[in-house]
Amino acid sequence: MTRAGVLAALPEGPRERLMAVGRETSFEAGTRIFEEGGRADRFWVIHTGNVNLDVHVPGRHPAVIETLGPGRMLGWSWLCPPHEWHLGAEATSLVRAWEFEAAEVLDLCQDDPELDHALLSYVVGVIGSRLRAARTRLLDLYGPYGSGSAG
Amino acid sequence: MPSATAPPDTGSAGCVLDRDGMGALVRELRARGRTVIGPTVRDGAIVLAELESAEELPYGWGVELEGGHYRLRRRADAAAFAHSAGPQSWKNFLHPERVRQWTADRGPDGELTVRAEPPAAASFAFLGVRPCDLRAIQIQDRVMIGGPHRDDAYRERRTGAFLVVVECTEPGATCFCVSMGTGPAAQPGYDLALTEVLDETGHRFWARAGTARGAEVLDSLPRRPADEATQDRARRGVAEAAGRMGRTMPPVDLRDLLADTLEARRWDDVAARCLTCGNCTMACPTCFCTTSEDITDLTGDHAERWRRWESCYDLDFTHLPGGSVRTSARSRYRQWLTHKLGTWWDQFDSSGCVGCGRCIVWCPVAIDITEEAHALHQESLADRAGAADGAP
Amino acid sequence: MTAVPLPYRVLDNRPETADTHTIVLRPVGTALPPFSPGQFAMVYAFGVGEIPVSVAGTHHGDLTHTIRGVGAVSRALCAARPGTRVGVRGPFGTGWDLEAAVGRDLLVVAGGLGLAPLRPLVRAAASQPRDHGRLNVLIGARTPGDLLYREEWQDWGRPYCQVTVDQPAPGWRGRVGVVTALLDQAAFAPHRTTAFVCGPEVMIRATARALLHRGVPARHIRVSLERNMHCATGHCGHCQLGPLLLCRDGPVVGYDRAEPLLAVREL
Repeated sequence: MTRAGVLAALPEGPRERLMAVGRETSFEAGTRIFEEGGRADRFWVIHTGNVNLDVHVPGRHPAVIETLGPGRMLGWSWLCPPHEWHLGAEATSLVRAWEFEAAEVLDLCQDDPELDHALLSYVVGVIGSRLRAARTRLLDLYGPYGSGSAG
Repeated sequence: MPSATAPPDTGSAGCVLDRDGMGALVRELRARGRTVIGPTVRDGAIVLAELESAEELPYGWGVELEGGHYRLRRRADAAAFAHSAGPQSWKNFLHPERVRQWTADRGPDGELTVRAEPPAAASFAFLGVRPCDLRAIQIQDRVMIGGPHRDDAYRERRTGAFLVVVECTEPGATCFCVSMGTGPAAQPGYDLALTEVLDETGHRFWARAGTARGAEVLDSLPRRPADEATQDRARRGVAEAAGRMGRTMPPVDLRDLLADTLEARRWDDVAARCLTCGNCTMACPTCFCTTSEDITDLTGDHAERWRRWESCYDLDFTHLPGGSVRTSARSRYRQWLTHKLGTWWDQFDSSGCVGCGRCIVWCPVAIDITEEAHALHQESLADRAGAADGAP
Repeated sequence: MTAVPLPYRVLDNRPETADTHTIVLRPVGTALPPFSPGQFAMVYAFGVGEIPVSVAGTHHGDLTHTIRGVGAVSRALCAARPGTRVGVRGPFGTGWDLEAAVGRDLLVVAGGLGLAPLRPLVRAAASQPRDHGRLNVLIGARTPGDLLYREEWQDWGRPYCQVTVDQPAPGWRGRVGVVTALLDQAAFAPHRTTAFVCGPEVMIRATARALLHRGVPARHIRVSLERNMHCATGHCGHCQLGPLLLCRDGPVVGYDRAEPLLAVREL
C-alpha cells in the first residue's frame, strides 16, 4: 500500500503520524466487520476490496445502503457520541485495510492540534460526500420521470 | 426585356417614377404572374395584403406608435410609405403560420407511404419592404436555408419573391434601426429600391434596380431619368430620418452585454410585468420558432405533419419528460431577449433584432426591448463600479 | 432526408427492462445515411407522433434504439410488433467523436438510459483496442432490473467494467451507490483521458466535476445533453441551451462549453 494513496487529503506530516498508529488487517469476504448499535471504537481505511454498509431490517436481509471501495474511510461514528455504529458493515470480497484504534488516535490528537484539525476536516469531508451522494440518490434520477430520461 | 435604346436609368442614378409609374409597377408585377403584397389600410391598421392596384396603397395615411399603442392617423400629404411597421411582417408570407410538411398513408398491408408536401408555386412581389424588414428577411434566410438542413418550402417562396424596398423617411416613435445598423437607407438584397419624395414639384419615387430582374421591370415602366433635385431630396429625407429615431440601443456590444447579465436583477423586474403572452414573438419579423402537429383522419390510415408558429413563451416549449425547463416568466423573457440580441450571433452569426419596434408596439403592457437593454447595461455598469470600489 | 421520414420496419423488439424496449429497425426502401455513435434519429409512430431517439447500435443500415415508454409516442414504439412500419429521419447532431480520442485512455460513464447512446461507442472502441489506451466503462442504474444490455457486457471484452445501483434487489452482489464512486477504482491517466458521459443532467454534472477534480481537461469530457428536440433540423428553436442549438451543436458537447450553461437555472 502506498501511504500517499490512502488519506491523500491529509498533509504529509499529520498523515505520517497517523499512519504510525495504524495496523494492517484483512477481512474475508462475508465477514461482518461491525454491527448496527455496536461500540464504535475504531475505523479503517480500505486498501483493496469492497465493504457494504447496511441497515438491519427485522426478518429480512440487511438493506445495503452503499458500497465503499479502495481508498475510502470505513466508519466515523467513533468520533462523536454516542460512539455507536449506526449502520452495519460487511466485506463483500477479500478486504485489506488499515485499522486505527479510536482511543489511540484521539490521544494522539490531544497532543497534536495539527493532526487533530487535519483529521477532523478529513472526516467532515467524508461525511459531506456521503451526504451529497445520499441526497443525489433521493432525487431518483434514473426514475421514469426523473431528470434526463430520454424519449 | 432591356432595350438598347432605353436611357441608362438603372445605374446608381436610377430613374424617377410618379404616382402613375407606381400604378404601372403593380400592373407590371401582376402581369408577370406575381402576387403583389403591400401595405394597405384595413381594420384600423396598415396591414400587408394582396394588392390588385397601387391605389390600394395607404396614400395619405400615417401611424402613431408607442409602447402598447398603435393608431392610424390622416396625414396632411398623400405619402404612401410615410408609416412604419404594422402588426405583420413578411414572415407571414415566407414562413407562414401553418404549413403542411408531409402526408403519410398506411396501406391495408401496413405499408407506410410518406409524401413530401409539394412546394407551393408562390411567386410573390413584396412592395414596400422597409430596410429593417429586408434585413429581417435575410436573417430568416440564414435560419431556414443557411444551415446544414434547408427548408425547401421556405426556399421556394423566398427565391421566387421579388423585393421592392422603400427607404424610410418617416421613422416611428418605437423605431431604432440606426442602432441595429439596418436602416433607414436600403442595403443590398433588393430587386428594386424606391425613395418616396413629396414636395412642391410633386409626388414621386426615386427608383434604383439591385438585380437584373429588377432592372428589367424598371425598364418596362413609364419613367424619367433621375434629376439631381429628386436624388438630393430623397437622400436628405433618408439622412434626416436617421436622426429622428424614436428609440436607441445602448452603445455597447449587445452580445457581450446579454452574455454577462444572465443573472441580472432586472429580469425579476421585467418578469413582474411580462404576461408571457408571446405577442412580441408573433409580431417580430425574425422570430422563427415552430412546433409540429401530427393529425390523423377518421380512418386512422391517413396522417399529416403540420408545422405552426410557436412561441418560446409557451410553457410547453421546453417540455421534457421531467417537466418544462423554463417555467418562470423571468426565464422565458430572458430566453427571448438573450436569444434576440445575444445568442442569435452564436447560432446564426447575426443579431436577431432589426430595430423595427414591433415588439414594443404590440406588447400589451408596453415592455420596451430598448428600455430593458439600457437597464441591463446600467445594472452591469453599476455592478462593475461597485466591484471596482470594493477592490483592495 | 431530413424533413420527411423514410419508412422502416420493426425487425425485432425485445424488452430490456420493465419499461424499456430495444427495437431494431430495417429500411423498407432507401436507408438513411450512416449514423455515428452519439447521433440521434427522429422516430415517427404512425398517427401518434415523433420523438428523438439516440442510436444504440447500427448494422448495415439497420438501426437499434433503446426506448423507455414514458409518453404516447415512446409507449407506441415500445409496443410495436415486428413488421410494424415506422418513419425515421436522421442522422442528426454531433457524435461522440471517438476519432479525436485516438491514443487516449477512454472513460465511459453512463447513468440509467444514458448507456444507450454510449453502447455503439463502447462497441467501436472495444473493436479497435490498438487505437486507444485503457477503456473503462462505469455504469449506474436505479435497480439491478434497470441495467441495460447485461448479456452483452462480456462481449465488450476488454474494458474494465464496473456497475453500481441506487437500490439493490435481493441477490444483488454488486455495488450500491452513485456512479461517481466508481471513478476511484478506474485506471486512467487523467490528462491523457477522454471521458464520455451520458445520463441525467445532475449525474452529468457530478461526474464532470469529479473528473475535473482528478485533472481530466474539460474539453476532453464529452457530455450528451437533452432538450426538447422537435424538428432536429435547427429550424424550430425548441432545443436551445443558451448559444447552442442542441440538435445541431449537440447533443454531444465538450464540458468546457456545457459547464457554464448548465450552471444557469432555467436556461
